Amino acid sequence: MKQLKAFGAFWYDFIVGDDWHVAALVVAGLALTAILAHAAKVNAWWLLPVFAFAALAWSLHRATAKK
Amino acid sequence: MNALPLILTVFIACVVEAVEALTIVLATGITREWRSTFQGMAAALVTLAVITAAVGPAINELPLTALRVVVGALLAIFGLQWLRKAVLRATGYKALHDEASAYLREVAAAEAAARQSRRGVNDWYSFTLAFKGVLLEGLEVVFIVITFGDNQKNIGAAVIGAAAAIILVTIVGIAVRAPLTKVPENWMKLAVGVMLTSFGAFWGAEGAGARWPGNDAALLVLIPVVAVAAAASIAWLRSRQATVAVSVPASEVVGS
Repeated sequence: MKQLKAFGAFWYDFIVGDDWHVAALVVAGLALTAILAHAAKVNAWWLLPVFAFAALAWSLHRATAKK
Repeated sequence: MNALPLILTVFIACVVEAVEALTIVLATGITREWRSTFQGMAAALVTLAVITAAVGPAINELPLTALRVVVGALLAIFGLQWLRKAVLRATGYKALHDEASAYLREVAAAEAAARQSRRGVNDWYSFTLAFKGVLLEGLEVVFIVITFGDNQKNIGAAVIGAAAAIILVTIVGIAVRAPLTKVPENWMKLAVGVMLTSFGAFWGAEGAGARWPGNDAALLVLIPVVAVAAAASIAWLRSRQATVAVSVPASEVVGS
């Protein structure tokens, strides 16, 4: 059980990292890009970079905000 | 003489792909660990050889789109993590480490356990980054060779163009490796974060169905834009730090 927990913690840290909001925003950006491209036929190449910048700004804000 | 345009076309296309793979390999090797990076690269080349030998021309049927989404998402997430840490360190927020926290103990234990289970690979992170980058770009090189070579009925000429591109990019990589190691560590990590985020956003969006203006040339715009965003983040945090320093003692400012 301990090894399983350690294994899970390793992969969580490996993929998600210090702030899960970053991973969540990247996945949301990808999903929205796919929806816009396939369902609405909108070539939203700009959307994922926007989500990436938002994720960085939000994560930095959270890490440095006055407690 | 008829083969020359084919060789040149494949050469240029493959130089682009090889430079992308080289960027990932150099960035990972310089900032993390060379041995694991080379192991990841070698494993990717072996996997690529096995896939090519087993599948042959049917390699064009592999789900490259899905691969781009997965690799793109992971690279973008990794890149943003690197950027976050590098920006926090550059602005002094990451100077204090809470080494005794339970979270870090757990992560350290998990890493140790994970290392035991992966024989011969010291740094799984470096191995995986190099593996994914080289495999994805390698697959694209194979696609280019098969597509162009098959269309022109001259696979041999396409292979010559691709091989020349890979040899040239490898030589350039060896030449720039030493100068790059002299760059301060945190700035190198910031640059790696910029590269990984740019490539991740590029591949991810492409895999999700978006078409970049100018195709691969869009990277020449995307990379500087991400770099500017990182620089702006540093400027923003520095100005914010200056404001906070007026009302909060420095000892209370702890990064996460």
